[in-house]
Amino acid sequence: MNGFDDSVLSLLVVLPFATALALILWPGDSDQLRSMKWFSAVVALVSTALVAWILLRFDYTDGSQYQFISETAWLDQLGIGFDLGVDGIAVAMLALTAIAFPAAILVGWNVDARSKDYLILLNLLVGGVYGTFVSLDLFFLFFFYEIAVLPMYLLIGFWGSSTSFPRFTRSKEYSAMKLVLFLVGGSVLIWVSIIAMFVEADLNSFSLLDLQRAGFDESFQNWVFPLLMIGFGLLGGLWPLHTWSPDGHVSAPTSVSMLHAGVLMKLGAFGIIRVGIQTIPEGAEAWAPLLLGMGAVNVIYGSIAAMSQTDLKYVIGYSSVSHMGYVFLGLATMHTLGVTGAVLQMFSHGIMTALMFTLAGAVYGSSHTRDIGALSGLAKVMPVGAFFFAVAGFASLGLPGFSGFVAELLVFLGLFQTYPWVGALAVIGAGITAVYMLRLLAKVYFGETDPRWESLPDLKLNEKLVAGMLALTLLIVGLAPFYLIDIIREGVRHVPTVTG
Amino acid sequence: MNINFSLLVPEYVLVGVAFAVLAADLLLPRQHRFHLSWLAAGGLVVSAVVVLVQRWDTAEHLYGGLFIADRFGLFFFVFLTVLTAVIVLISHDYVRQHIRQPGEFYALMVFAAVGMVGMAQAGELLTAYVALELLSFSLYVLVAFRREDAHGNEAGVKYIVLGAFSSALLLYGISMVWGATGTTYYAGISEHLALNAGNLDSTLILGLALIFAGLGFKVAAAPFHMWAPDTYQGAPTPVTAFLAVASKAAAFALILRLFTQGLLPALAEWQVLVAVLAVATMVIGNLVAIVQTNIKRMLAYSSVGQVGFLLLGVAALGHVEGGVVIPVTLASDAVMLHLVGYAFANLAAFATVIVVYNHIGTDELSGYSGLAKRSPHLSLVMAVALFSLAGLPFFVGFITKFYLFTAAAESGLLWLAGVAMAASVVSLYYYLMIVKRMFIDDVPESDITSALIGIPRLSWLLLSALLIGTVLLGVYPGPLADAVGAASSAIFSGA
Repeated sequence: MNGFDDSVLSLLVVLPFATALALILWPGDSDQLRSMKWFSAVVALVSTALVAWILLRFDYTDGSQYQFISETAWLDQLGIGFDLGVDGIAVAMLALTAIAFPAAILVGWNVDARSKDYLILLNLLVGGVYGTFVSLDLFFLFFFYEIAVLPMYLLIGFWGSSTSFPRFTRSKEYSAMKLVLFLVGGSVLIWVSIIAMFVEADLNSFSLLDLQRAGFDESFQNWVFPLLMIGFGLLGGLWPLHTWSPDGHVSAPTSVSMLHAGVLMKLGAFGIIRVGIQTIPEGAEAWAPLLLGMGAVNVIYGSIAAMSQTDLKYVIGYSSVSHMGYVFLGLATMHTLGVTGAVLQMFSHGIMTALMFTLAGAVYGSSHTRDIGALSGLAKVMPVGAFFFAVAGFASLGLPGFSGFVAELLVFLGLFQTYPWVGALAVIGAGITAVYMLRLLAKVYFGETDPRWESLPDLKLNEKLVAGMLALTLLIVGLAPFYLIDIIREGVRHVPTVTG
Repeated sequence: MNINFSLLVPEYVLVGVAFAVLAADLLLPRQHRFHLSWLAAGGLVVSAVVVLVQRWDTAEHLYGGLFIADRFGLFFFVFLTVLTAVIVLISHDYVRQHIRQPGEFYALMVFAAVGMVGMAQAGELLTAYVALELLSFSLYVLVAFRREDAHGNEAGVKYIVLGAFSSALLLYGISMVWGATGTTYYAGISEHLALNAGNLDSTLILGLALIFAGLGFKVAAAPFHMWAPDTYQGAPTPVTAFLAVASKAAAFALILRLFTQGLLPALAEWQVLVAVLAVATMVIGNLVAIVQTNIKRMLAYSSVGQVGFLLLGVAALGHVEGGVVIPVTLASDAVMLHLVGYAFANLAAFATVIVVYNHIGTDELSGYSGLAKRSPHLSLVMAVALFSLAGLPFFVGFITKFYLFTAAAESGLLWLAGVAMAASVVSLYYYLMIVKRMFIDDVPESDITSALIGIPRLSWLLLSALLIGTVLLGVYPGPLADAVGAASSAIFSGA
């Protein structure tokens, strides 16, 4: 590997933070907003180019588990190094982030209140996300994980919106605080496990490369894995600790919902894989049935809850809970097909849900309501919006041709190999998804157009661009999934307890 | 016996600075006296330079072990004097506006610094006690410095009564330890404990318990923290900062040396006790902080919570394996690192409180609503300080807490680390409530007229330096960890 390959990951991680710093120090404020936005957009595209480079140079015939490894000593006293590297799973997640981040910047182009602060926080968030995906040191993985979560508080609290229900109002400050306390509370469990692993291995090292070879004994694995599963699962929306997630998605501004549901929730599932299944494989095997049960409830409960929502964004929020259920089910199979499907589902759900939030944001932005009862027949006034929502809806209910189908199919195949009954249950969940997605599509976009919405504008240019890009991704991955599947499988096959 | 008086030159310099400030106070015309801060801060820095030059590689026991000049003492000498210098500079504008006798104010701070460096270097209980009293007496006066203010009076009375009470406990405890062991030297106590491990005299145990209680009062550990909120609220804000940061750091320097060089062999007897104190302190401090409406009271409770984290480090100083006490140097590293990190973040917070108070004349939290609009710089510094105190990444508080919790796990106290992490989450809640006030809430209508807050240049520089320090140590802690490691191995090797 040449010199650039060694430093590309460090560059990828440092770039968003450097951007945030540059924005903080940027002289002038309101008169400079346009240039700041362009600057952020260009930098976001540069990181996308870096990810494209990684994707192209990633060698999935190479036998070693991690590639693009770079190791920098950071704090020897505690055995912490700034160690980076990616496997196939991480590469898929990088690709997701590289698509979702420029999309989010573009959708948020019209944020005009304190947009400098907004861009700074967005960059910090994405820096945290990239950092978590590429860290091979548990300290830094946790460090970036926390960084990814925290900007959410201000992003939701300041730029978000409150939701009024008939009997109460869910304020954006409440949702923001709930989200942060849930997630930081979950990270307590992660922190305890990380430190326990450090002490138990007794290698004076937080490096995953060392810890994954440490050979923890079974009783240790059995008590640490559930902590990791719950701690990371929280961010993935694992039932019954998912309640922060719909509230957070709904209250957040569009671009943040996209990043949050699209990318951030994946950090949780990624953590279960990287720190949980890959490092504590036998513990994962022992606790897989619990994860399976909780994931199944996620699927069924999430879709039933989505069906009964009256707020457009809450439907999407609960459908995310339901779709993340497939990820947990896939991981719990501990079968190559299932785990590969789970990772592909993470990618696919990320793109799909970002697309949905873009469209819901467009509807809310012009009509100022998200009440499904009030919205009707929007297809007549916003045909482009209706088209893309139909695409997202079909991808969500698993129509062949879109990436969601491939991912869910792999998960089902994995399930039928291991737990056929749960597989049947999951298929029922997919059926419920079809019901509420089609009902939503019919109610909001088709039927009589309410006179109130006669003059509603269609998608703006930036929204069209983003929607087109995301829909295209869904289609490409749906029609030609093998490239991505090969890469993901290269990462999955290194886990000793994942079979098949 | 080593009676090398010239080794104490840095201490002489400090005392000289204090008297020079008092003398200059007499000579300067009244309207220029607030400039004495430059003299005091400069003198403190000079003494730090002198000690660095003179004691870089020293490891000497003076007067048969009364006074120990080693790397640990050097570290704390430099840390505490620089800390005091920063506090002196932070108080510059405050003193100019609110304090009538600047000379005495600054001289007392320097005297307090003399006491503090004594606490870090004392190798014997009575010497430590005398140094502690020098610090306490300076603080008794400083706390009550705004004598026209009712809150200030209340603060002064509470502090002096409870302070004297705790000093009495400490002395009584020392006398019992002397009665049981025949010595007050840390090394002697250590020998005695090692010989009689598992079979300690009840007088000795009672004496140690009284010493714990006395020190617990001084650092405001629960259940001995009751004086802290009222005193913190009523004292002039720079003095509050001094109480919260400097005097606490000095007390922990004393505690670290006493516990490693004196009490380590009896670890099995006190580890659980200190762990329980730590839990009580962090839970009470952080829970009660939630309901505060005054920023100084809130910071008081938050600093009680931080003492809980530091006590966790003390409890982790060793672990027993097969009846043998194994020291854990990581724990004292962690306590020192946390003290430094906490100093940066807390001073940044207090410096902000001072600037805001000088401008709007109140310490109520409602005054912070919409601060981001009135001063982006102040609100940024405050937010970073609070995030660092909460232990969030990027800031020094994260790495120091990581150190502390890892040390606790090394000593087999993983459960205690878990409790501490949960307490951190609670603290994040009330810190975020302030962030919400500053960034999300609007400026109250009546304050629109005084929309922008101007920051004096000196404060601006200090705030920026503290901000940069908090971030820089958070992303590049290596050199500090090296310095701390050297200091910490000095007390363990001297044990």
